[in-house]
Amino acid sequence: MNLFEQLDAYLHDTLHVSLPAFGPELAICATILLMLVIRVLPGGNRFDSFYVALVGMGVALWWAAPWDAHTVARQEIFTGLLVYDPWTAYFRGFLATFALLFLIFCKISGIVDREDSPDFYTLVLGGLLGMCLMAASNHLLMVFLGVEMASVPSYVLAGIIKSRRDSSEAALKYAVYGAGTAGIMLYGISLLGGLLGSVHLPTMAHRLAELLMAAENSGGDLAQGELLVLALGGLMLAVGLAFKLSAVPFHFWCPDVFEGATAEVNAFLSVASKAAALALLVRVAFGMTSIPTPAVEVEPPVEVAGFFAVADEPVEGESPSDVSASTAEAETPPSLETLSPEEASSALAPARTYVAGLIALLAAITCTFGNLAAYGQTNIKRLLAYSTIAHAGYMMMPAAAAVVLIGRDPVNAQQAVASIATYVGIYLFMNLGAFAVIAFLRNTMGSEEIADYAGLVRKSPGVVVCFALILFSLVGLPPLAGFLAKFEAFAALANAEMWTLLAIGGLNTVISLFYYLRVVKVMAMSPEPDHRAPFRFSLVSVPGAYVVAMTLPLVVLILGWDTLQRLTLTAASRLLS
Amino acid sequence: MSPLFLLSFVIFAPAVGALLLAFFPKEKGDAIKIFTLLVTLVTFLATLYMALPADGDAESGKFSFAEENVAEIQNVVSLPWIDTTAFRMDYLLGVDGVSFPLVLLTTFISLLSMGASWNIEKHVKAYCILFLLLETGILGVFLSLDLFLFYVFWEVMLLPMYFLIGIWGGPRREYAAIKFFLYTLVGGVMMLIAVLMLYFASDIRELTPDQLAAAQVELPEQETDSPVHTFNILALQQLGQHTGQFSHELLAGKSLQWWAFLLLFLGFVIKVPSVPVHTWLPDAHVEAPTPISMILAGVLLKLGGYGIIRLCYPICPEAGYQLAWFVCLLGVVSMVYGAFAALAQKDFKRLVAYSSVSHMGYVVLGMGVWSATAGNLYDADAWKMGMNGAMFQMIAHGISSAGMFFMVGIVYDRVHHRNLDEFGGLFGRMPVFSGIAVGIFFAGMGLPGLCGFIGEVFVTLSVWTYSKALAVITASVVILTAAYILWTLQRVYLGPAYKGPHGEALTPITPRELAIAAPLLAMAIVFGVYPMAVFNYMAPAVNRTVDDMAAWAQRTQAGAPAPETANITPPVSLAAMETPSLRDTDQNMQD
Repeated sequence: MNLFEQLDAYLHDTLHVSLPAFGPELAICATILLMLVIRVLPGGNRFDSFYVALVGMGVALWWAAPWDAHTVARQEIFTGLLVYDPWTAYFRGFLATFALLFLIFCKISGIVDREDSPDFYTLVLGGLLGMCLMAASNHLLMVFLGVEMASVPSYVLAGIIKSRRDSSEAALKYAVYGAGTAGIMLYGISLLGGLLGSVHLPTMAHRLAELLMAAENSGGDLAQGELLVLALGGLMLAVGLAFKLSAVPFHFWCPDVFEGATAEVNAFLSVASKAAALALLVRVAFGMTSIPTPAVEVEPPVEVAGFFAVADEPVEGESPSDVSASTAEAETPPSLETLSPEEASSALAPARTYVAGLIALLAAITCTFGNLAAYGQTNIKRLLAYSTIAHAGYMMMPAAAAVVLIGRDPVNAQQAVASIATYVGIYLFMNLGAFAVIAFLRNTMGSEEIADYAGLVRKSPGVVVCFALILFSLVGLPPLAGFLAKFEAFAALANAEMWTLLAIGGLNTVISLFYYLRVVKVMAMSPEPDHRAPFRFSLVSVPGAYVVAMTLPLVVLILGWDTLQRLTLTAASRLLS
Repeated sequence: MSPLFLLSFVIFAPAVGALLLAFFPKEKGDAIKIFTLLVTLVTFLATLYMALPADGDAESGKFSFAEENVAEIQNVVSLPWIDTTAFRMDYLLGVDGVSFPLVLLTTFISLLSMGASWNIEKHVKAYCILFLLLETGILGVFLSLDLFLFYVFWEVMLLPMYFLIGIWGGPRREYAAIKFFLYTLVGGVMMLIAVLMLYFASDIRELTPDQLAAAQVELPEQETDSPVHTFNILALQQLGQHTGQFSHELLAGKSLQWWAFLLLFLGFVIKVPSVPVHTWLPDAHVEAPTPISMILAGVLLKLGGYGIIRLCYPICPEAGYQLAWFVCLLGVVSMVYGAFAALAQKDFKRLVAYSSVSHMGYVVLGMGVWSATAGNLYDADAWKMGMNGAMFQMIAHGISSAGMFFMVGIVYDRVHHRNLDEFGGLFGRMPVFSGIAVGIFFAGMGLPGLCGFIGEVFVTLSVWTYSKALAVITASVVILTAAYILWTLQRVYLGPAYKGPHGEALTPITPRELAIAAPLLAMAIVFGVYPMAVFNYMAPAVNRTVDDMAAWAQRTQAGAPAPETANITPPVSLAAMETPSLRDTDQNMQD
């Protein structure tokens, strides 16, 4: 195969295979460019970028479809850097939906003036682009790129209010932490890549399986050092992910950033960023511990030599892809041929134990710490920062369960993963609603201290009822949607028979009651302060309607919960064979 | 009326009423109260309609009267709700002799306590909305047969109750409200874990067609290799009694059902409440407004007992067998401790609260006396008597404790204190009220001829076969009960003229108060004189539950299949006389 044929093949792959599956990202890129271009046109700075962003995200959402179709197969794009499967589709749809709701939220709360709007929306969309890549990554290089592309705009967003000192402090803290953990993650990736000879996740899983099998056969002595380095590499990779998830002990940025940044940015960080990080966690955790479904070879008969993907298609079996008599196969060590998927899967059992244990430990600590630390907070944004930390813990629990279940029953493992997607979907409304209330209250009464919410129920009973419902949903009380999220997560743990983690999760639910309830208690039961400036915030207003629109799904979801469940089960359906 | 409509109406009429109330103007306090009262009345009438004889018409929604000996679940409503590959939940409702009297009690007490709410002046609209939501939650628990639905309704009750105590309560209301919330949530989380345990261990493919039909479930149309889990309570009961699915070892050498039983049981006894998890109750009662105390004591505590008889024993019989001593011990300790604590109280309402702890101990004890052992040829008569006594005690206590709290409330409304040492001589000032109060307190004490007697004597007699020592203690608690009730009556109603604060406010009972107190006293007398009014509905279903347990014990504990002729002739006992039907156990033995 000469150079031209090679180029031809790449061209074909890029234009006809990869780019069509890359639509939403392209739409986001185009929107960003458009916003920047309009600004430099004469008179463009009087134009509100909100509408461009809104239309752009609408297109992205439309392009993200079909995200509930069973027809989406697992398909590696851009020579294995990214993967397009229902999981990708779900999270791209989720992120685009979130972006639409978020844009409307920002417009209503008026956080950005016309002057700044291109800056703000460019950063938001830029971050979203990175998050889409995180959800779709199939390659540790893309993992790193996605994390960085999502993080860098977030640093700026945290400090978007230039005049506020604590805002700038928050941004700096965030950036320093981010840089530090990114460095550690990169080191971890290099360790893993160096030892396994690839950073393409499916290839890594195969190599890992071989290595573990060899270690087992040799009685455990041979590869002791290598295994140690592997474990270290995995740990370092986990540091980067834990930072994005704000998991303990890499959460220190979170309360400060949430207190310093505006409620709008908090909503962005707590929902979109966390969702992408969870999607990525599942990608990495599953990628390292399971042998995925053979990717569907898409039409072109021209073989695309894996440039990034060293062994593009190592799974043989009955897969038709072994027509590839190319470099990929030549480089494949012979032992791989003899390793059937079942053998490989069972060889990966120690890796699963390690990964599941690591995630479970992080989840338990994160959840408990977040809930305990939230107890003493007086600032509502700081309280919700700890609440998001705690919820990150809850959301990581089913990931641990899923990894455990891979070895037992793939169908159950997928159900466990689907519960993460459900949780994220419900979490969107809970946190967007909570931060919307906070932002609107900031606009009307100029305070974000819990003490200033005292007796709010006299002034705006409707808003307090909605906020109380959102907070109780965060506790996880039936019949609110937060309970359904928690129920599915706990069900995954029960299915994996992880009783200790389940008990910790249950205990945490009880602990979390205290601080959410305190906010409700202050609003509903404390007497109103005498010196409060008069204000009006009724549900019959645009902000009020937005709050209702966020609360209503939480109340009625229990009636048609199976719709969401089917969607998420589909999303998880191709992660394992 | 079809069961679907009738049962759904009973559950959701209060909720719909609450929704409509949201559109009432805040200022129209009286209109809101009248509307709420009407909603509770309509709900009560709907349940009363169910009590009418069905005359063989299964679609009528009425309750097949006990003469027809229908012990099974009736009026089953089964609609698919959530059906995905991961979960299967149904909108599954039904009623039997265990739940029906409690449903009727709930709507009855709700009606009366709404009447008692007339002097609530603060935030009337919010109060009425929460009140109705609470009623929906309680009725939902009693009527749902799907474990998930059960759990949802169980937790739905929490929020309204929290606010009802926390906003409308006494001086320490916020502390009491959060304590109540916390305790119940802990119980709820334990239940949730148990529910998930049972769900993932269950597999209805192992059931025989007969058992499937009894459990109102159908297998999926396609044969599957993977287990078919279920939340259906009836199916879980069949699985627990006829298969070994819950018997594998889980943790610390104990089986899954041992843990599930323990978690469920702890969740329920927090609600009952039993010592040592009872401490929320005195606080909640003291701080709660009178009508909420009536609901709390009259109905909410019964949910715990209902859960034990509906879930714990039928689903986890083996664990119930192993833990019978634990259950009985908890019951007896609660009885003794509650009675002694009541003796020591200075606060009138706190005293009544501790008397609830003591009286609900009878319920736990009556349910726990597993008498069907190999030693007496699996004769379940004593247990039947205990279980029937426990169920009767729940109804009786629902009447008498709601009445007692209302009596305390009437006095408190007038003199604004509850200090027992400052009362005395109320008889002279409020003769009619005092007469009713004495009657209701005697009902609580268990005076023969009043409702409290039947439950207590059944339980006490049944314990004899289980443990003579416990029976002696149980019997002697009666003396303690008499002591604190009589002493209270003496300190409050008798003695020299009232000298405490606000003496001028001691006006005779008003017609509204009389209209609430009189039905309670009337019911206390009716149930005391003619207990069959309750047993007619209740006994067949309770006896069936016990027979199932006894049959299970005979099958599994004897180590050999039951002989065909094992149908033991029950010795003539009080249980046999009072409870009209000992259901034939043949069917269970064939299983």
